[in-house]
Amino acid sequence: MNFLTALFNGLSSGGTYAIIAIGYTMVYGIAKMLNFAHGDIIMAGGYAMFTTLLLVGHPIPALCVAVAFCVALGVFVERFAYRPLRGASPLAVLITAIGVSSLLQSLAQIIFGAGSKMPLQLQVSGALKLGAFSIHYNTLITLAVTVVLMVALTLFVKYSKVGRAMVAVSEDRGAAQLMGVNTNAIIAVTFGIGSALAAVAAYLMLMKAPSLTNTLGAMPGIKAFTAAVIGGIGSVPGAMLGGILLGVIECVSLSIPAIAPFTDAIEFAVLIVILLVKPAGLLGKARREKV
Amino acid sequence: MSTQELVLKTEHLSIQFGGLRAVDDVNLEIKKGELYGLIGPNGAGKTTFFNLLTGVYKPTSGRIFHNGKNITGKSPIEINRGGIARTFQNIRLFKNLTAIENVMVGLANQIPCNVAESIFRLPRHKKSEKEFYDRALALLKVFQLEEYKDYLAANLPYGKQRKLEIARAMATNPTLLLLDEPAAGMNPSETQELMDDIAFVRREFDMTILLIEHDMRLVSGICEKLTVLNFGTELAKGETAEVLANPAVIKAYLGD
Repeated sequence: MNFLTALFNGLSSGGTYAIIAIGYTMVYGIAKMLNFAHGDIIMAGGYAMFTTLLLVGHPIPALCVAVAFCVALGVFVERFAYRPLRGASPLAVLITAIGVSSLLQSLAQIIFGAGSKMPLQLQVSGALKLGAFSIHYNTLITLAVTVVLMVALTLFVKYSKVGRAMVAVSEDRGAAQLMGVNTNAIIAVTFGIGSALAAVAAYLMLMKAPSLTNTLGAMPGIKAFTAAVIGGIGSVPGAMLGGILLGVIECVSLSIPAIAPFTDAIEFAVLIVILLVKPAGLLGKARREKV
Repeated sequence: MSTQELVLKTEHLSIQFGGLRAVDDVNLEIKKGELYGLIGPNGAGKTTFFNLLTGVYKPTSGRIFHNGKNITGKSPIEINRGGIARTFQNIRLFKNLTAIENVMVGLANQIPCNVAESIFRLPRHKKSEKEFYDRALALLKVFQLEEYKDYLAANLPYGKQRKLEIARAMATNPTLLLLDEPAAGMNPSETQELMDDIAFVRREFDMTILLIEHDMRLVSGICEKLTVLNFGTELAKGETAEVLANPAVIKAYLGD
């Protein structure tokens, strides 16, 4: 039973990782950059939610405001920090992303202070009991939200004009432009979608552990980035798989007292082993160098 | 002839890379409905010329007019939306999209539907998706590719990939089609089929076509007029038969 509970918890926290990892992987696939400020968009979403809760006191409007705020912030950052560097060296873009990350964290600290905030209204109490086995409602909600978002995103990418254009831009930006695809708009939409997912992730995280600081997104961001790399960066199904896998490994490891203290090490060790065996990640495509 | 009656006109078009003038003072005039060939030895500047026409490179000097409009310095996106479409010497299909999806990407600017409508599945999303599918399928039928519609582009036979690239370019609704070595890597029977297809596209869509080619059989078989480039400059131009009989052209191709 203990193992089963750990498995469910793993699926649920893995779902949260997957939702964040999708933001990393889509931006990497389409804009060809690592957006290290992605985790801080989650944090910004958390503060947007906290502020709305103070004013309105109900979680649903808080979620809506956070999604809208994160989309605006993501698109704004892309427009003014990353777009001017289109075509610059990948290192310049990477450093800029790290700079944006520090900037967002510092701004949050200036505005909200360093202390942790407790948006308790997001919590759902109670658990579903089936005999000796019980699952917390938080876990079930997270699982349901993850599944719905992933199905919706997959349908969007596969069966919409913008989704097809995203695949086209990720494969060959130049050819897409020559077919009239507005690549800047497609990249902006990608940041928007990733940021909206980050806001949802903020909700799910704060629902489970209502403690909000300006580094809320830092560790989950790194974990989700790991998940994206495990799954094959650039691949959306890969990010989903990598996220779930990482979450399950984490929770199963945490449930076994003997290895629980080494959980983070185990997760990153899994990354190393997977990359040794499959350098492009589980679902990534090995790219052959043109000679 | 005034600029207005020409589908494409370049005036003194040049581009310089460091010390190399890759395209040097090229003046081209293509009338509506013409099938015009651009030939020349390797490295003569043919693909660079295409990259200038489609906005991939900005010319160092000279001007480009499309249907009388000055398009010099415009972006590839604007130029495509203005009605110039192209294919590529090394095929650049979207390999992880199916054949029909490739054509649907080309149709993107023909059918309105925005992101919000697609995310929230509003009525116009469904309607536009159906229109995308139907129009893409119709284009695939024109090119006899409908049986391959659900194949990933990467898995199509080589000759079909070339055809699909033309179909995708046609989906952007051009008034001028640029074909960059469409017969490269094809065997004689595939080349023959391609010649028929190009003639067909021209008739069916009343299309003006500029093509780069190495294959002399293809050039002499279908092009009415030619420009020969050599080291970026115009070596000869005019009616196909005359140009191919020109001693300077023969020399450039075969050496002394």
